[in-house]
Amino acid sequence: MTKPLVAIRSVSKSFGEFSALKQVSLDVWTGEVLCLIGASGSGKTTLLRCVNQLTAIDSGGIWLDGELLGVREKDGRLHRLAEREIARQRLKTGMVFQRFNLFPHKTALDNIIEGPVQVQRRAADEARSEAQELLRRVGLSAKADWYPAQLSGGQQQRVAIARALAMKPMLMLFDEPTSALDPELVGEVLAVMKELAQSGMTMMVVTHELGFAREVADRVVYMDHGAIVEQGSASEVLGAPREARTKAFLSAVI
Amino acid sequence: MRPAETLAPGFPDLSQLAVARPLHWRRWLAAAAILLVLAAIVRAFAYGQIEWSYVQRFLTAPAILTGIVNTVVMALLAMALGIVLGVAVAIMRLSPNPVLTSVAAFYAWLFRGTPLILQLLLWFNLALVFPTIGIPGLWSARAVDVMTPFLSALLGLGINQGAYTSEVIRAGILSVDAGQYEAAQAIGMGRLRALTRIVLPQAMRVVIPPLGNEFIGLVKATSLASVVQYPEVLHNAENIYYANSRVIELLIVAGLWYLAVVSILTPLQMLLERRFARGVMQIAK
Repeated sequence: MTKPLVAIRSVSKSFGEFSALKQVSLDVWTGEVLCLIGASGSGKTTLLRCVNQLTAIDSGGIWLDGELLGVREKDGRLHRLAEREIARQRLKTGMVFQRFNLFPHKTALDNIIEGPVQVQRRAADEARSEAQELLRRVGLSAKADWYPAQLSGGQQQRVAIARALAMKPMLMLFDEPTSALDPELVGEVLAVMKELAQSGMTMMVVTHELGFAREVADRVVYMDHGAIVEQGSASEVLGAPREARTKAFLSAVI
Repeated sequence: MRPAETLAPGFPDLSQLAVARPLHWRRWLAAAAILLVLAAIVRAFAYGQIEWSYVQRFLTAPAILTGIVNTVVMALLAMALGIVLGVAVAIMRLSPNPVLTSVAAFYAWLFRGTPLILQLLLWFNLALVFPTIGIPGLWSARAVDVMTPFLSALLGLGINQGAYTSEVIRAGILSVDAGQYEAAQAIGMGRLRALTRIVLPQAMRVVIPPLGNEFIGLVKATSLASVVQYPEVLHNAENIYYANSRVIELLIVAGLWYLAVVSILTPLQMLLERRFARGVMQIAK
């Protein structure tokens, strides 16, 4: 029996009084494209951020590739890992942010090779030629020496995807990757993500693009108030929702 | 209904008319008044009891030239020490470790809270507290011999500067979007590497104008080092006028040199600003 790439078990997280995640459990299988949908404040972004430990969970556990994240079990107690260990675990995931977060003082190419060269200590020449290949893959070969401020939002987000892929992650996390884009730029980013999904990359995507979810997702998870309400294939959840809350959300969005 | 292509009559075409130049007589009046006042001030100095030939002669006197070199050397070294301390203390101040945070806050409080001249005198008189200083068993020396005017001035000015610089650097770090730090973490960087590779280079852009300000302040603050007998330009100018009583002339000489040094700094700062504006000013250009 194969194991899931990501196993989330009874994960809770509060910000002060507000509980963002309530005992959430979920599996993500290798090669799967999983779309998380729900209203803002439903906990979908928090769940994504917990998987690459930008947000530390309060209780529960997350296993990635069989390895428990953020803590070590010893003598019946959990001990938080050192920052170095957490940084090492993060290398297995690539993150794409809503607001791109490209490094503005570096060119597109330098943004992409920063992680491979500085963190993974790979040879600069090799990293550079791989970055060129990634830029070609996201359709931006001509923009290698451009600074983020000279690129459109859609181009910046595609560079950000290339930057995440350069670390050769086993899982890609997308946090509302098209929400900050002008409507006419959404398509180019979704096209890159679709190509990535077809290449077999495991992806967790927080999105409001139901069209994308319908077309690309292997599974759609609807969250509300920090809990998973309903999940299933796109046609099930988006086409024939069972839960009243899912129906209400979908009718409000479409 | 009127077709859209025809325009309503009664609005003549003005595009062929020239625009007349206005007279601006109020501006002329204000300029004339200011120039008159300035001329009066210049005239007063020209006919005042200043021997301008002394100014000219002492402007390049050996003691004055050594003095200004000492001033510049001290300002550069103290600023370097101040930046090193400032960056370290700013990083400490923002660390999750409460001990580091408190020590950093205490340092800024102590050295910003006491007069610079007092700090300089304390360093110079350190021998009164510790007659001998050193590392036990390895090396020791008499504090009087170690605390030369040069070292007292460097420590006094540099450590004081570090306290101010740390706040400037901290403001710069805080000005960088939190998303930058998260993006750095997401590609596997630790806190320190994210700071040095991603956050600090962006903070530099914000930090350089106030640091330029600080450095100009420091160039002039070196004149306080005369209290610990450091031979900077004002100290040497004073020594000369004690001998020849040409007080005003030598103060003017020192003043001109300070102005010259500060004037050179401004274009240097612009070069630095351009260097660190990479990626940001590309479109504004």
